Amino acid sequence: MIQPAVSGAAVAALESDEGDRRSGWRQLLTHQITGPLAALVVAIVIFSVTTDTFLSAGNWSLIAQQSVVVGTLALGQTLIILTAGIDLANGAIMVLGSVVIGKVALEGSPLLALLLGLLVCVAVGALNGALVSAGGLPPFIVTLGVLTAVTAGARLFTQSQSYPISNGLLTVLGDGPTVGGFTITYGVMLWVGLTVVLGYALSQTAWGTRVYAVGDNPGAASLSGIKVKRILFGVYIVAAVVYAFAAWQALGRTPTADPSGYSTSNLDSITAVVIGGTSLFGGRGGVYGTLVGALIVVVLQNGLTQAGIDSLYQQVATGVLVVVAVGIDRIVRRRQSR
Amino acid sequence: MKIALSTARAARAGIAAVALSSLMLVGACSNSSSGDTSSGGDASKDVTIGIVELNLSNPFFATLEKNTEAAATSKGWKVMKAEAKVPGDSATQVTAIENMINKGVKAIVLDPANPTALVDVVKKARDKGILVVTVNATLTPIDAADATFATDNEAAGELIGKWAKAVGPADPQIAMLDFDLSDGPSKGRHDGFLKGYGIADGDPLIVGTALTQGTVDTGQQQMESLLSAHPDINLVYTINEPTAHGAATAIKNLSKNPVTIVSVDGACSGVQDVKDGVIGATAMQFPSKMGTMAVDAIAAYLADGTKPQSGLNDSGSVLITDKPAPGLDSQDSTWGLANCWGEK
Repeated sequence: MIQPAVSGAAVAALESDEGDRRSGWRQLLTHQITGPLAALVVAIVIFSVTTDTFLSAGNWSLIAQQSVVVGTLALGQTLIILTAGIDLANGAIMVLGSVVIGKVALEGSPLLALLLGLLVCVAVGALNGALVSAGGLPPFIVTLGVLTAVTAGARLFTQSQSYPISNGLLTVLGDGPTVGGFTITYGVMLWVGLTVVLGYALSQTAWGTRVYAVGDNPGAASLSGIKVKRILFGVYIVAAVVYAFAAWQALGRTPTADPSGYSTSNLDSITAVVIGGTSLFGGRGGVYGTLVGALIVVVLQNGLTQAGIDSLYQQVATGVLVVVAVGIDRIVRRRQSR
Repeated sequence: MKIALSTARAARAGIAAVALSSLMLVGACSNSSSGDTSSGGDASKDVTIGIVELNLSNPFFATLEKNTEAAATSKGWKVMKAEAKVPGDSATQVTAIENMINKGVKAIVLDPANPTALVDVVKKARDKGILVVTVNATLTPIDAADATFATDNEAAGELIGKWAKAVGPADPQIAMLDFDLSDGPSKGRHDGFLKGYGIADGDPLIVGTALTQGTVDTGQQQMESLLSAHPDINLVYTINEPTAHGAATAIKNLSKNPVTIVSVDGACSGVQDVKDGVIGATAMQFPSKMGTMAVDAIAAYLADGTKPQSGLNDSGSVLITDKPAPGLDSQDSTWGLANCWGEK
């Protein structure tokens, strides 16, 4: 369940060459990242043909930059969805973090501001985690409540004002080297770096195995000796640390700490996770798919805007893609359970 | 099966939570009275009015609500308040007005989230003898409310359109960053800008349009995508100043040409952007004047039944720019900073 569908070496060794080849194909086709990657490639081909500017290095560096905030939020979201949870509050936690950083940095040191932003994000994440794990409450309800309260909290804290950010440390993630017209910001590097670290933790460590086990079947996980509540709580904390990075990313992207910004980023992050092939039922998926999912969401927005298509159709396209992704997940699960 | 059961349970819990939060909202909007009756006469002691605003995340609406409330309490009235939760959230406003009718308010000041969705509930209120005036935006038809006190958004858009034509680039490549055009003020500004510039929707000079949420981040993102497709854009219309600020960040990062940005609002942060040369010109609105005009109209109605003039009563707009155009009245950013709204 943890690894993609078809296991490999022992079976392959016994099969004929043809069977071996077929198994390889099947493995490729059923790998969870194949679908999202194929969708991304199709979108890229369509936009490259229909617009002159889509495939340029400048536009691709833009797509990467436009993906970082939602993409980073979606990494934390992936961890929570892998445990069969959902986090509706992640965007609000990030915005709270960014306005805390912005307001503290007005008079205090930027480093202190970043640390306080991290602390606030982790505190809210811990609250979510405690209510879900120790309290046994449904994540949907817990994070819905926290979303409402934290959104209002950020506005009360700032009196609905936004703070322009000019400090170098706070906006450094928006800078970066340019190679051949392609600017790789430190924010993009951080996003990819976090993906690799979380990807390693999920696939190569005991902690990762436990996260999948808890999401797949908490009862069985508990019987096999896994401390389910501790794993759940930990996942919400790790996700909150990732959201704090997203808050820093947001200041690098848009040097303004704005309490009304990123209001749909929670849903965008869920969209990225789902399109990326992670199952909303838990226990299946991973962060690399999410990275591709976030790119698909942004490629659609960017490409359709460039093609001069109404923004509302962009939302229709994204919505259809989500339903298709969930439908495919359902079919795959059904086949695997046969 | 287990998953299905737990999903059903979660769904039930979700419905329960939504119902509970709606009840809390109803409760919240029923009890925001100021209780301050000291400054009014005896006749004003029992007067309660309702204020129904849009989402307070936007400082414009927060300023409008605060000023309207202050004007009302200075007359010794009690105030019931309610706000939409997100842009376009007319359902919360309908519920709030129903509660206000039940509570027996004498008048309602409404900033409608949607021009048509509130028409029925406003009629119910007016049938009970409650004076309903709208501020900031109008209902459709406009006489569905007793009167409207708002910026003539088309006139505001026209001001920046005319300025852009006079002072902006000679070989314009125009981008338009809108908010949902079913929103009255948004459509008014859009149409006004085009009228002032002397072009129509679909004109080849408009090389790109995009919808934003009226926020810094969405302004930046959409401007980036438009610039990527049309690097020669040199004139940008924006729905409001946060959008303009975001667009300016995108332009700073991506555009090689000088780009002129125009906007509408007159918030202090926006006027500061005019002073800093980030925004070329903005049309300032006067939310405090809207609130005062609405409260004065209610006071006249309560005193002797005089109804305000039906239709749009313009609270005015002033062009703010540091590059005045000949023949076009404007004020500079210093005047703007002295008369702006929101935090300085």
